[in-house]
Amino acid sequence: MTTQTLTTRKPLNWHRIGAWAIIAIALAVTILPFLWMLRTALSSNHSLASNSTNLLPADFSWGAFKRVFGMQTTDEAIAEGGSGAAIDFWLYLRNSILFSTVTTAAQVFFSALAAYAFARLRWPGRDKVFSVFLATMMIPGIFTALPNFLLIKNLGLLNTFAGLTLPFLFMSAFGIFFLRQFFLSMSREVEEAAMLDGAKHLRIFFQIVLPNAAAPLATLALLTFIGQWNEYFWPLLVGNDENVRVLTVGLSVFKSQSPQGAPDWSGLMAATIVAAVPILILFLAFGKKVVNSIGFSGIK
Amino acid sequence: MTTLTKHPPTAAHKAPQRPTRPRGVAKLRDLRIALLFILPAMIGLVAFCLVPTIRGVYLSFTEYSLLGEPEWIGIKNYTAIFADELFWNAMAVTIQYVAINIVFQTVIALGLALLMHRVAKSTFIRGALLLPFLVANVIVALLWFWMLDYQLGIVNEFISWMGLPRIAFFGSEQWAIPTIAFVNVWRHMGYTALLIFAGLQAIPHHVYEVASLDGASPTRTFWSITVPLLRPVLALVLVVTVIGSFQVFDTVAVTTGGGPVNATRVIQMYIYQKAFGESDFGYASALSVILFVILALVAFIQMKFLKGNETDLD
Repeated sequence: MTTQTLTTRKPLNWHRIGAWAIIAIALAVTILPFLWMLRTALSSNHSLASNSTNLLPADFSWGAFKRVFGMQTTDEAIAEGGSGAAIDFWLYLRNSILFSTVTTAAQVFFSALAAYAFARLRWPGRDKVFSVFLATMMIPGIFTALPNFLLIKNLGLLNTFAGLTLPFLFMSAFGIFFLRQFFLSMSREVEEAAMLDGAKHLRIFFQIVLPNAAAPLATLALLTFIGQWNEYFWPLLVGNDENVRVLTVGLSVFKSQSPQGAPDWSGLMAATIVAAVPILILFLAFGKKVVNSIGFSGIK
Repeated sequence: MTTLTKHPPTAAHKAPQRPTRPRGVAKLRDLRIALLFILPAMIGLVAFCLVPTIRGVYLSFTEYSLLGEPEWIGIKNYTAIFADELFWNAMAVTIQYVAINIVFQTVIALGLALLMHRVAKSTFIRGALLLPFLVANVIVALLWFWMLDYQLGIVNEFISWMGLPRIAFFGSEQWAIPTIAFVNVWRHMGYTALLIFAGLQAIPHHVYEVASLDGASPTRTFWSITVPLLRPVLALVLVVTVIGSFQVFDTVAVTTGGGPVNATRVIQMYIYQKAFGESDFGYASALSVILFVILALVAFIQMKFLKGNETDLD
């Protein structure tokens, strides 16, 4: 079936044309909304009503981005259809970068340590402990979110970076599982040689194992970073304060400030672009890694 | 996730014994260093997973409004939930959402995966289809909130250009849930297609060659070979999709907030409102326990029914 369609290149293969047509439609449905996002963000808000179908921005303006970055006076913002409420996406961008970078770095590093212990060291109860870690993947997020909120509250860490990052710092069951698979397939020879030289496990881990695992570590870091960047529920619970507010929460606040009836659509779309661009840059740079890692196992 | 059953412990799982040292000595010598290695992960597991789980179950048997201490009330929360119309409404709404999501997502993704497998294996196309999955739920929700706007949204402009009446996608009770489901189908379509595509790639070529030598039609080949061999992947996709859809929240939170009336108050939204809107942590915890039990059952039934952890490829 597949081989035949690939090898027999008939001049007009309707099956192939039909298949390509459907793929083209799927691509258009996927990509066009993003172009519409950009088109809206570069329009001036008042002109959207009179010109809602042209593919080019309606009355081109940088005003929406200026509003998002708090570079307009309140009067200017209101005149252009914004809410005039103070909003500062520079701050949220900084918070998102801080939150995602810190949680990703710590989580990947600690997951690598644990994965090594599960893959390469022999100790009583190892596989039982590993199954407990795996079982936690089954627990729905909301189930632990409420008690974790109470814990952070009791520790007095609401609206702090500590409270925001703590639950994500130490491990992810998926990360441990992902890296353990890789460590299991790594050749033992170099390690064995180092062992004979009397090198300690810690030294072997840092000087041999980690450098050799650069590719899967990078893939895991990328997937983790994207997940953390898009995290909304937890920051909504514990980080609603301006100083620790991340982009996803900032977006929902921006939307809720919108004047009823006549929302600041161009401002809202400019804000979503600001929140999406870092991920898009990462994806353009390392897209292959992400694409090829899908299928390894379900990532949610 | 439950996907892990796909990977049975391999030979590498049981480390080969080094003949140079007696086994017990090595084990104990490794134990100390292993404890050091898993210490941070253990702290995370105990403090933010195991203890909260126990605490969540405990809280579900209490009345707790954050003021004072939780007060033990036995199963009263649960009996109240079963008599709670809003709970049954939330379940109905959630199940409606899950059903729409599953059907459309699986069918579209399977179709796309087959097409990619047959004619377009380029990484670029796969990357482009994955794009919506990489941006936040919140962003996707706001984008479609704009595109589906009643007055100015491009979709309604198109509908009215065709001479049809405009649709209040997020604002009408019958459209709100299908709309939110559609938004999430759009976001996950490419990701799910890529998962299935990976499963298709894993099917050995010679199986198809034998089939075509035997003169099997493409349709016959699809139903007798592709689908059975894809079963573990399809089972995984279904489990991931169902469990993910049961916990829909972000999209609802930034678009409708549970409205109009109760049309989109999905179960996670209800839990959130009970806990943070009404400060009723006991009730919210009991709702979470029920959701947890439902998800565990769903995963168990699906894995059993689809035999997702067995493959015909061995």
